[in-house]
Amino acid sequence: MTGTLTSAAAPLAGSFGNLAGAGLAETTAATGAVHGNAWLMVAFPLLGAAVLLLGGRRTSGWGHYLAVAMSLASFVWGVLSFFQLLGFAPEERSRDLHIFSWIPVGSLRIDFGLLLDPLSLTFVLLITGVGSLIHIYSIGYMAHDPERRRFFAYLNLFVAAMLLLVLANNYALLYVGWEGVGLASYLLIGFWQYKNSAAVAAKKAFIVNRVGDFGLSVGIMIMFATFGTVAFTPIFEHAAEGAQGWVTTIALLLLLGACGKSAQLPLQSWLLDAMEGPTPVSALIHAATMVTAGVYLITRSGPIFDVAPEAQLVVTIVGAATLLFGAIIGCAKDDIKKALAGSTMSQIGYMHLAAGLGPIGYAAAIAHLLTHGFFKAGLFLGAGSVMHGMNDQVDMRKYGALRKAMPITFATFGLGYLAIIGFPGLAGWFTKDAIIEAAFAKGGTTGLVLGGAALLGAGLTAFYMSRVMFMTFFGTKRWDDGAHPHESPASMTGPMVLLAIGSVFGGAFLVLGHRFADFLAPVVGEQEAHAFNPLAPASVATFVLMVLGVSIAWLRYGRERATVPRTAPKGSFVTVAARKDLYGDAINEGLLMRPGQWLARVSVFVDNRGIDGIVRSLAAAVGGSSGRLRRVQTGYVRSYALSMFFGAAIVVAALLVVRL
Amino acid sequence: MSDFPWLTAAIAVPAVGSAVVAALPQAREELAKRLTFVLTLVVLAITLVMTVTFDTGSAREGTAGALQFAEVHDWIPAFGIHYAVGVDGIAMVLILMSAILVPVVVLAAWNEAEGTPDNPAKRSVKAYFALILLLEAMMVGVFAATDVFLFYVFFEAMLIPVYFMIGSYGTGKRQYAAVKFLLYSLFGGLLMLVSVIGVYVLSARQTGEGTFLWEDLTKLTIADGTARWLFLGFFIAFAIKAPMWPFHTWLPDAAGSARPGTAVLLVGVLDKVGTYGMLRFCLELFPGAAHWFTWPVLILSLVSIVYGAVVAIGQTDMLRLIAYTSVSHFGFITLGIWAMTSQGQSGASLYMVNHGFATGALFIGAGFLIARRGSPLISDYGGVQKVAPVLAGTFLVASLAGVALPGLNSFVSEFLVLIGTYTRYPVSAIIATTGIILAAVYILWMYQRLMTGPIQPKVEGMRDLNLREKWAVAPLVALIIAFGVYPKPLLDIINPAVGRTMEQVDMKDPAPAVPAAAEQGAHE
Repeated sequence: MTGTLTSAAAPLAGSFGNLAGAGLAETTAATGAVHGNAWLMVAFPLLGAAVLLLGGRRTSGWGHYLAVAMSLASFVWGVLSFFQLLGFAPEERSRDLHIFSWIPVGSLRIDFGLLLDPLSLTFVLLITGVGSLIHIYSIGYMAHDPERRRFFAYLNLFVAAMLLLVLANNYALLYVGWEGVGLASYLLIGFWQYKNSAAVAAKKAFIVNRVGDFGLSVGIMIMFATFGTVAFTPIFEHAAEGAQGWVTTIALLLLLGACGKSAQLPLQSWLLDAMEGPTPVSALIHAATMVTAGVYLITRSGPIFDVAPEAQLVVTIVGAATLLFGAIIGCAKDDIKKALAGSTMSQIGYMHLAAGLGPIGYAAAIAHLLTHGFFKAGLFLGAGSVMHGMNDQVDMRKYGALRKAMPITFATFGLGYLAIIGFPGLAGWFTKDAIIEAAFAKGGTTGLVLGGAALLGAGLTAFYMSRVMFMTFFGTKRWDDGAHPHESPASMTGPMVLLAIGSVFGGAFLVLGHRFADFLAPVVGEQEAHAFNPLAPASVATFVLMVLGVSIAWLRYGRERATVPRTAPKGSFVTVAARKDLYGDAINEGLLMRPGQWLARVSVFVDNRGIDGIVRSLAAAVGGSSGRLRRVQTGYVRSYALSMFFGAAIVVAALLVVRL
Repeated sequence: MSDFPWLTAAIAVPAVGSAVVAALPQAREELAKRLTFVLTLVVLAITLVMTVTFDTGSAREGTAGALQFAEVHDWIPAFGIHYAVGVDGIAMVLILMSAILVPVVVLAAWNEAEGTPDNPAKRSVKAYFALILLLEAMMVGVFAATDVFLFYVFFEAMLIPVYFMIGSYGTGKRQYAAVKFLLYSLFGGLLMLVSVIGVYVLSARQTGEGTFLWEDLTKLTIADGTARWLFLGFFIAFAIKAPMWPFHTWLPDAAGSARPGTAVLLVGVLDKVGTYGMLRFCLELFPGAAHWFTWPVLILSLVSIVYGAVVAIGQTDMLRLIAYTSVSHFGFITLGIWAMTSQGQSGASLYMVNHGFATGALFIGAGFLIARRGSPLISDYGGVQKVAPVLAGTFLVASLAGVALPGLNSFVSEFLVLIGTYTRYPVSAIIATTGIILAAVYILWMYQRLMTGPIQPKVEGMRDLNLREKWAVAPLVALIIAFGVYPKPLLDIINPAVGRTMEQVDMKDPAPAVPAAAEQGAHE
């Protein structure tokens, strides 16, 4: 497939065609008022953040409305861009917008430029759509927080950075968005930073992400050394010409970056702690959008991964391992947000698994990412609504029988729940089944192992989500004294209802008729259309496991006779391990933190006593032996200058003697 | 470009101003401060005129990186010593950076000379500001000097105002720190003097008439062995100044004992003379020796990066912590210089500017904290964000610039250094990249301990920034963001000068493995 690609003079469009098989779009300049000003999508929320941060308390009264308006403005611009794109023929749906030259040095030319194509605009709609809903929800949720203005500033900052991440047309600019969302995440996890736990969690998230960023950074360096550019289009078109080893290395380093951002093994440990942030943040950043950036990165870099099969295999392994890891953690958590966080980790594992399968899986990965964006954001908002009504209690052992007190929350949360466990007909059923099928379709032992893991994960998902559902809304009341659960205001329930609608119909809309796969084809390549078959063996097996998971949860937590103790029982060895996040933190602490602290302490000691010590004893030795010369050390600068002069004169004389 | 001697004006205004301020009556403290501030603004205005009129197009005319605003006058003709000044792009941006930092420091250090809890004796206020002006004159002079002897004079004379600024106005073991700084620098300076005289002697032998003019000296042909010794004389002086591991131990003491305003000038500007000198003298006068010493320098740079960062993590005093982060950052600069690629060297040059703004803002923020709470110890703080959000916010921006967050200025330079190093020395670049993780650890841990968590009792009454303090730090925050988003104006000035240096050391950027992609990328 790469044999003909040797001459630089070969028509680029032709080489692109050779590379990708067929149907990939050729990038052309963005035109028209909407695409030509696509930078406004980033600028709106950035402006909002700037006004709120610089305006100070003066903006407290109306700041949240401004933030909502800016987010909605980006959404509207995104919708307009989307429809303009639909107006083009599929092979013309890749539009490049040059804004200015950012870092030009020598042969390195990095532009501030955007790429508008089906993949980026899909993300734009998800980010601004779900983002706007969560902005609206936060008006009510944060109503009593004195720092609500700052919260909305950070939310707007997040939206701007995330949009830059998905719209950038090169890796360096993507990296700006990438760390920008990391910054927003840092600020929002630590939003209640007067709590030590929040401040520590924020710092941890940033530092763990930096480990991933290390991978992304080095990956970009290798790209420049190999391809002489960091822009998407030329790298993708010539990916196959790079040496196999280097391309595989690039792909693995990108994966390391993805693992950090998306909380995949081995960089998963920060996500559970990140639940210290306000719940709307958990919904938007740590469920629907930012943590899925790793999937975006891999899908976007598809042409690189497609020529690096070993790296793809690693992606699938990371995905499969994380989907089980997160699911097991989710089964043991009593904190409703942490149970959902484990679930997020697990669902993103599914997406990585799919993305690692190559062209057959990209559309499935992104489709699941979208439906997950709906139902997981909805579930988190539901959890927030429950907390709102229960004095910020997060322990599900103190919930129970809330369905009557919070009917709307119950209904919307319930629909999200059915969607995530893959109840037939709802969003998750379509998109998760597609991933499980694709995994089995890989064939061989690998396909069996990956498919098996995905299948097992589906059963676990059904169990832990049912556990959350039953412990919260069913069973007996285990409330604290003074708890008066009540339904949340309309600004909160409205977004929940909309997300629930997406959770119900989103999957069918995307998957039936191969609609979304066709839409993405110009970016990720065509895959042969295969009809959606709900009676395929994998689908049937998934269904059986789901029923099994729900039933076990019902017996233990749901039915009237099931008793859920208010304090957690001791639990088995597995439960204890899962409660401790399968010792992820313990490993980090033992392998990295403690040796690191020890190293820092030793280094400080060495620096003070060793290096500086040598300098000082040298000085003392000189001072001691030249005691007679002490008169010279008068402390007057003029006398130092004089000695310098004489010293110099001697040196000159010496040079003259030696050389002339 | 007119014939007006802009550079001489930029040196003379603060030099004369310093004498005027020193001559003011002791009681007129407020007048001394105001006059100093106005004079530094005049210097800034002069520098801005130069920057705007600086001809960035000379690269196209084949005179890449030529000296501009050049003036040459005989000083001591008998020894071929001139008063010769002039700037290429690198010197230009460094002078600009210095001229921006000084008025900022004057505003931030407005009340610094009034004594400290452990150094309460009333000091002469006007003298502190006269010293700042004197230092500014020398800073401009040292970057502008194109006569090696003149450079040496400025290089050594700069020690004097700093010695007094630390020794008289500092805190803690200020005398010890000041003397250590002075002796260390003098030691390096003397080694450099030997080399300075050495090149003079060589020029006398080769051209019949000895000269100290830098442009003439770059044309000498020097035998390898001699060049290496002369190179070392310059290099050790600059490595001490920069400071590079293992010559760095004076810096934490000096920065820790200096008042924060002094520390800004010390670390933000003076230390840059070291890395600037490496580019200007070590590389251009002795290109062969510079190549010969590549590996030792790369290794020292990497040690500085990692070691400085690790030791910074373990610090308990915020001023010392920031000083150690600078050891790490200077490692990036020397790495970029010795990568010998256009990205590496442009990145290193830009790094010098960006580091001045970012670390300057960090020191100034630390100064605000210390002025309020009276302690440089990190453990004496906690929860500041809650009581002084603007102070905490500006400190956070400076901190994030310190970790080279993309979108802020330091990212551009650090990214350029790393990518430029990678194309020639991949393993070194990867080791250096671990610095971005360590930086996050030392900076965010400091921020966490200072600004977040429960409010410490003695922090409770802390007031937020007043108007003067806001004006002091706002320009730096604005520049940190502006040059992160749009660094092109600075790069346009720097690039031709780097092109000339690359020519002088006879190096070309490595070609990418897949040129077709590069070619396509260049067309887009």
